[in-house]
Amino acid sequence: MNIVIVDYGLGNPGSILNMLRYLDIEATISDNSSVISNAKKLILPGVGSFDNGIKNLKTSGLYDVLMQKVLGQKIPILGICLGMQLMTINSEEGIENGFGWIDAVTKKFDFTPERGLKVPHIGWNRVNTENPNIIMYELQDISKFYFVHSYYVSCRRPHDIVCSTTFGIDFTSVFAKDNIYGCQFHPEKSHKYGMQLLKNFNSL
Amino acid sequence: MLQNRVIPCLLIQDNKLVKTVKFKNPKYIGDPVNAIKIYNEKEVDELIVVDISKKRYENGPNFNLIKQMADECFMPVCYGGGISNIDQIQKILKIGIEKIALNTAIMLDTQLISQAANKFGSQCIVVALDIKKNWLGKYKVTFNSGDQMINTDIVDFAKTAENAGAGEILINNIDRDGTWEGFDIEMIRKITSNVSIPVIAAGGAGNLSHIKDAITIGKASAVAIGSMAVYQSKGMGVLINFPKTKVLEEINNL
Repeated sequence: MNIVIVDYGLGNPGSILNMLRYLDIEATISDNSSVISNAKKLILPGVGSFDNGIKNLKTSGLYDVLMQKVLGQKIPILGICLGMQLMTINSEEGIENGFGWIDAVTKKFDFTPERGLKVPHIGWNRVNTENPNIIMYELQDISKFYFVHSYYVSCRRPHDIVCSTTFGIDFTSVFAKDNIYGCQFHPEKSHKYGMQLLKNFNSL
Repeated sequence: MLQNRVIPCLLIQDNKLVKTVKFKNPKYIGDPVNAIKIYNEKEVDELIVVDISKKRYENGPNFNLIKQMADECFMPVCYGGGISNIDQIQKILKIGIEKIALNTAIMLDTQLISQAANKFGSQCIVVALDIKKNWLGKYKVTFNSGDQMINTDIVDFAKTAENAGAGEILINNIDRDGTWEGFDIEMIRKITSNVSIPVIAAGGAGNLSHIKDAITIGKASAVAIGSMAVYQSKGMGVLINFPKTKVLEEINNL
């Protein structure tokens, strides 16, 4: 299978599959380790809590399968929202360690009430290019994406940051390191901009 | 910068797209799935779909129709109507809907909010408050399409919902619904100044300056438009409609 969307019980993998189908990209959703082992590319989706995500991946045995695919075989993987956060070292949301594939940590938005910023950060926001990357091909300037999250990724190496987004602070909205990609927004819910990003991922 | 969302709010009755005035007299608009295809092409920020069929609680949510709609949506969708338990919520999320609006199921007990928020995350739980004034002119929360009024203060109810784990609050002024007369800014401010989660304002949108007022004066994070999204203008024919991106960006920059 070309792209396998990893189903570990959190989030709405259905809408990602829906968009890939619309784009005529061969993909499937699976929680089966042999299906995942045979994938050419992986998408790690997720909406929910950090610890639940890691625990579900460990109990199902998928954690080790993903480690092997990503660090061993080095196949392209795209983490979306919580999926992106799980790729970091750890999160202020929980006590579990993440995959640690990228030198980054996940932090909580913490604003004083006077700033009038409502958390979760919900809605359409822009991205600013920090380091051009093929994953954002044809997506500069006018692109906007749909975000919904209370925690954000903070990269320690500026070089890994592809895009940043401003919400109270500048946080990493897209990162890339070797075969590992993450985006905080939901491409599957971001109209043509999200479609372009998934096309770019498919072309890697 | 984060953009304030403008969200078409669609009403479904027995598989048909309809529009009410003050929650009464649903008028036939068209086929919901076709309408959604058009909103998709117009790249709307988000959609709210509410099923107001009479037997929605007896029959439960119409999963077939929800699936058909979800398959057409490449934008976030919030669904409400006929939901009374956690299994139904799970099923709807799995279909590919992002958010669930709860109303009648939480009239007597807000436990479903916390249950659902714990299991699926606050970001997918929207508490819908249908509000109207009682005979003393006090704002009250209602349920069952406005038919049942409870005595709780609207701010207290909104805070209870927030504490229970709601990710957003949708407030609808029933007396303004379908009137094109503008939002109830006083009601919006009451809620937005007392909760820290995003508030979606609904009820009364008739033009772009109404939308601007709800955002700049009311401090709403998002506004829902009903009549504006399905009619050409007040008293005119059906037109699946949405303000142009450029126009909305200008509002956001004001």
